Amino acid sequence: MTPWLAAARAVGVETASRHADDVDRRARFPAEAFAALRKEKLLGIMVPRAEGGAGAGIADVVAICHELGQRCAATAMIYAMHQIQVACIVRHAEGNAWLKDFLMRVARDQLLLASATSEAGVGGDVRSSVCAIEPQDGRFKLVKEATVISYGAEADGILVTARRTPDSPASDQVIVVVPKMGYELEQESAWDTLGMRGTCSNGYRLRAGGEMAQVVPAPYADVSAMTMLPVSHLVWSALWLGIATDAVARARSYVRAQARKKGGAPSSAARLAEASSQLQLMKATVVGSLRHYEAALVSEDEIAAPAFAVAMNNLKTGTSRMAVQVINQCLLVCGLAGYRNDSPYSLGRHLRDAHSAALMVNNDRILANTGNLLMALREDPGLLE
Amino acid sequence: MPVYNRVEAQIRSILKGTDYLQVNVDGLAEDADLYAAGLNSHATVNLMLSLEEAFDIELPDRLLRRRTFASIKSIAEALAEAGVKAEAA
Repeated sequence: MTPWLAAARAVGVETASRHADDVDRRARFPAEAFAALRKEKLLGIMVPRAEGGAGAGIADVVAICHELGQRCAATAMIYAMHQIQVACIVRHAEGNAWLKDFLMRVARDQLLLASATSEAGVGGDVRSSVCAIEPQDGRFKLVKEATVISYGAEADGILVTARRTPDSPASDQVIVVVPKMGYELEQESAWDTLGMRGTCSNGYRLRAGGEMAQVVPAPYADVSAMTMLPVSHLVWSALWLGIATDAVARARSYVRAQARKKGGAPSSAARLAEASSQLQLMKATVVGSLRHYEAALVSEDEIAAPAFAVAMNNLKTGTSRMAVQVINQCLLVCGLAGYRNDSPYSLGRHLRDAHSAALMVNNDRILANTGNLLMALREDPGLLE
Repeated sequence: MPVYNRVEAQIRSILKGTDYLQVNVDGLAEDADLYAAGLNSHATVNLMLSLEEAFDIELPDRLLRRRTFASIKSIAEALAEAGVKAEAA
């Protein structure tokens, strides 16, 4: 186990899990967990060593999301979304001195980064923008009706998508990095939801300004295809796997307690076995996709291929569905003990949190996109390549 | 009127028959960035299908990349690579 994973496990067990129910009940930011993650310097681990970070890779972050997901899904989701933003800057900063300097600050000050990709007026399509980068005397300004900015009020910086210029079509987007001093948020909607309540994903009117150097040089289409989309699907899947893993652990404890009383495994052990089998499939998908991404990272051709995009989409739609299935199995295993909110076998929060998976970027939208990509797919790769 | 070769003329004619772009296809230089002109990823796949149908070819895997569809010129080059001959119009 890496020291990062060990530290994340300690934060998860000692802090995140203790406050998870309160975070959920009050739909509040998991402040204690983030204070602990900052103290362990886990927010900046993906920043390259040259910029003062630890140079951790995507696998390290995926493992941490899986760990935190078992303790507090909201904490895991916020951590995951933060690392998606860091990954985009790390991979696409190229020679941009402003962005490299910002990465140094992320590592040094353990900055928490949020994302403003959703927008009113685009029908949920994050690959279209209404707002635009408006150049003004070598600087820019930007106003965005962001329907959702998860933990926006708690963030130290936000990555915002926008049209490249006020004359650009909706699909010609860039992504711009704005530190807290460069924006104002006016809250327009609240976040009172079924699950993932601690992500505090309020809607805001975002007013931002800054230097043109804050705009990531690569087109957002590339940033999205090469980094934001695959990394999002990997870290999300890992934390959904974490939620399902804890559900199976609770079901296993329940069955074991029953077995001790009876002096043998009860009939519900067979259903537990079914849940364990589904969990294993889910885990194999997450790990296999992680290895696929790592292999594709070394080749721009590989990462730009339709087969890669299809695989990363399938990861998301598949694991989001499987998480709910696994937890449903566990609920049947635990019966009313799982249905209760006041039992050590309670699965209510797990189930509510997991239901967000199919909706945060709706699976129907992703499936439609995958269906389109399949028209460009010639043949499936072999088993071991 | 500029004179295009057969392939380029047909690419332009396909683009004209769609709403993929937000600019007039006639005014578009052969190396103009189609993505900056409004082409999105969904439309890119549809454009690929239209090209395959019109030229009766199948674009090989290695050409199914975003940059293949970045301009009329890059599309024409990809078609040439896939065996489409560009005799003068």
